[in-house]
Amino acid sequence: MQLTLWTYEGPPHVGAMRVATAMQGLHYVLHAPQGDTYADLLFTMIERRDRRPPVTYTTFQARDLGGDTAELFKDAAREAWERFRPQAMLVGASCTAELIQDDPGGLARALDLPVPVVPVELPAYQKKENWGASETFYQLVRVLAGPSVPPPGTPRAPRPAGARPRCNLLGPTALGFRHRDDLREVTRLLERLGVEVALVAPWGATPADLARLGEADFNVVLYPEIAALAARWLQRSFGQPMVTTVPIGVNATREFVAEVARLAGVDPAPALADESLRQTWYSRSVDSTYLTGKRVFVFGDATHALAAARVATEELGFTVVGLGSYSREFAREIRDAAKRYGVEPLITDDYLEVEAKVAAAQPELVLGTQMERHIAKRLGVPCAVISAPVHVQDFPARYSPQMGFEGANVLFDTWVHPLMMGLEEHLLGMFRDDFEFHEGAAPSHLANVVEFRRDPAPAAARPDATPIAAPAGAPAPATPAGRGATPVAAAPGGPDAVAGDGPPSWADDAEKELRKIPFFVRAKARRNTEKFAQERGVTRITVETIYDAKAHFSR
Amino acid sequence: MSTATTQGTSVGAAAACAEPRVIRERGQREVFCGLTGIVWLHRKIQDAFFLVVGSRTCAHLVQSAAGVMIFAEPRFATAIIEDRDLAGLADANAELDRVVDRLLERRPDIRLLFLVGSCPSEVIKLDLSRAAQRLSARFAPQVRILNYSGSGIETTFTQGEDACLAALVPAMPAAPALLPRSLLVVGCLADVVEDQFRRQFAALGVDAVDFLPPRRSGALPAVGPGTSFLLAQPFLAETARALEERGATRLPAPFPIGVEGTTGWLRAAADAWGVDAARFAAVTAPGIERARRALARPREQLEGKRIFFFPDSQLEVPLARFLAREIGMVPVEVGSPYLHRAHLAAELALLGPDVQLSEGQDVERQLDRCRAARPDMVVCGLGLANPLEAEGMTTKWSIELVFTPIQGYDQAADLAELFARPLVRRTRLVA
Repeated sequence: MQLTLWTYEGPPHVGAMRVATAMQGLHYVLHAPQGDTYADLLFTMIERRDRRPPVTYTTFQARDLGGDTAELFKDAAREAWERFRPQAMLVGASCTAELIQDDPGGLARALDLPVPVVPVELPAYQKKENWGASETFYQLVRVLAGPSVPPPGTPRAPRPAGARPRCNLLGPTALGFRHRDDLREVTRLLERLGVEVALVAPWGATPADLARLGEADFNVVLYPEIAALAARWLQRSFGQPMVTTVPIGVNATREFVAEVARLAGVDPAPALADESLRQTWYSRSVDSTYLTGKRVFVFGDATHALAAARVATEELGFTVVGLGSYSREFAREIRDAAKRYGVEPLITDDYLEVEAKVAAAQPELVLGTQMERHIAKRLGVPCAVISAPVHVQDFPARYSPQMGFEGANVLFDTWVHPLMMGLEEHLLGMFRDDFEFHEGAAPSHLANVVEFRRDPAPAAARPDATPIAAPAGAPAPATPAGRGATPVAAAPGGPDAVAGDGPPSWADDAEKELRKIPFFVRAKARRNTEKFAQERGVTRITVETIYDAKAHFSR
Repeated sequence: MSTATTQGTSVGAAAACAEPRVIRERGQREVFCGLTGIVWLHRKIQDAFFLVVGSRTCAHLVQSAAGVMIFAEPRFATAIIEDRDLAGLADANAELDRVVDRLLERRPDIRLLFLVGSCPSEVIKLDLSRAAQRLSARFAPQVRILNYSGSGIETTFTQGEDACLAALVPAMPAAPALLPRSLLVVGCLADVVEDQFRRQFAALGVDAVDFLPPRRSGALPAVGPGTSFLLAQPFLAETARALEERGATRLPAPFPIGVEGTTGWLRAAADAWGVDAARFAAVTAPGIERARRALARPREQLEGKRIFFFPDSQLEVPLARFLAREIGMVPVEVGSPYLHRAHLAAELALLGPDVQLSEGQDVERQLDRCRAARPDMVVCGLGLANPLEAEGMTTKWSIELVFTPIQGYDQAADLAELFARPLVRRTRLVA
């Protein structure tokens, strides 16, 4: 059993739903108890789809378990066929139905429906959402394109002279992180190369389309988590080469263009000269100097985490201080990359472990999922979201790809803007009590703040720490309990209570002055001032003492 | 799908005077399971933690129903059953103990831990009541450990709250026999609503009032033969039964929704306490007056509009009664996952025999009926709302009716506003 507060991935049948929902003319009959229909809202609410996912659930209840749940499944499948008349049906079980072992594949076959029925067995107690999507897509491709596979050893016919090179784009699904916009950006890139997109799948494809996948000259795998398995089968079966470079970031996009151009036998130049690319110049412009060496922690699905680490180091000049992924299937790739960046790879789907690792790494920016956004918020560290699991905010109304040159522009904006706020805060808010950046705003959950305060080496305690990296809960460790949190309240009792070697007392106006310093550097300022005062035998800190100390420490 | 429609779609005899017209269906039910109740229960009982013993699907459901990560450190979690747990039950119990150890170590502030059963734990017959006993022996008295089932095979949406509260009943202390009678209000209410009711009961002279669930688990009210209880929610069949087994008496009443429901609900207590009519009128008059005034505006927007309810929270009948009688809306079909005839008796009498009810669900057929009826407003779950909006219908998410303070006089207009807003929005948007 695994204790789970938040999950990075849903169960594998949700992966199957992402494939089915992305497609047209396919219907998924899912043997599942009442309640599993919650998955519909992922698509209708988070992605704001205007149609229900093409899924029929048997929604069996306890009273059905004594009876014939298999019959229930057959009725559901038959009625779904009659009502929706799909070109093909997908059948399977969710976690609970897996336990009652009704064999949806066998039951559906017995119905003798006039369309292909593709059974998918998705072991719910071992596997997760992306694996489910990958397996489902693979099974669909195998069953539907299988009949057109040439005999083994048949050489692939050369492309007719004068015909444009054609490729399939594989991997985009419903509920994917920016799949909608990536698809448009990559299609545009291929158009500039003169490469025609034969089919996109699963996004928008019908079962009949999948049957024609073998016709294209090569495949482009946009999301390896979902499409690598199917693409490898297509490569074996039809001799179709595959492009595996994921074009996230400028360098990866250039490599992607080169790879496509080579396979297509075309000139890469038209796609490489993209006048809309601004990221490279923005990164070199002087105002970006402060980005140099920013400590970033990267966590997400494998594809986005690997890409983000590369873009962060090569294109923004950051330093990767943590790299991890919840995609266990891609653990090797993550480990290899982590070695290059000199960090420990983190392969886990345990949110609590990620939280601990982020806190320990003391990053200045977190590039993660919506869950790392929460971790970062609690630590007072800026964060940009780079990967699923998706949130309604990950479906912006505007065009916002991650891939291609426009994607590189988007990455620059989304990663740098949270930091800009930090810089503004640093320069403008240094001696102003900002209405948002006060210590009461950040830690909404006391239990954790206490926990982080016990952390022996918070960023603020290190003399070289950049202010923005200070965890929100950091003021406390080096100061007496309660002081960091409520300096004004502590002040009245303070002066007389202090004696001997204890910290010096604070005059009221000095406390007020201290409060004008942004909270994330306030603890350090307090500590430094007290240290300065103690060293000089000053027992009562005034406004003058603060500035004397400031001058002393800024030497 | 409409499997198991062996009993088909039976329309109750409309002619029989008091017997409501009910379509009974068994097919695909587009409803949440009882685990969803954790989303509000964990906010209500502030030192309780809910540990679902289930699958990744359960964890994903609770996370998604909670609006995807609103609370950075939630007081709920899932012990996800894995393949090796399925190999043997002894193993699964040891694993559960380990998970609970880790959890309680991390959250020393927790005083009440619910082990919440799920579909997989029910199917593999993992005995959570024994696990709760075993763990209680180790962690009592610091932590009380109880269990209930929120599984989809046994509970529909709000029935999870019913199961949770029913699990609390045996833990309630026995009321001393000599104590004067007391009133127990049963069902989660927003704190603000609870406080309003407490003031109203006090004004009526009903002083000994407790609420179940309490805000802190240590404050479980006493129960005994001197306890009369009012249900604040229509989905508490098991809890009511458990309280009756402890000797408590249910005061039959409509539910405190709208002016009429609230008055009827308060009157049930007032009558039981022998409050005279003049005092009752004096206490309730200001609230009634305020509510009537506040309802005038939404009534203008909603009067005559036809409304269709998909089954969801079991609140549908009281809501339809309120909208029909106080706002002038016209219920086209009032679907509910389950119609508890006894608890709804007062509501059904007010709603009248002419309203089409439906119990259970076959979502595809119900959608057919809904499209054919073209109502002005559809009350439905989150899976159906956007698709129906895209078809041109105006919808109200039913889940919001469970998460919002809607009971009592001073919330009657807020409740009506929830229905008015989608219609008003339609008229505002011109793009």
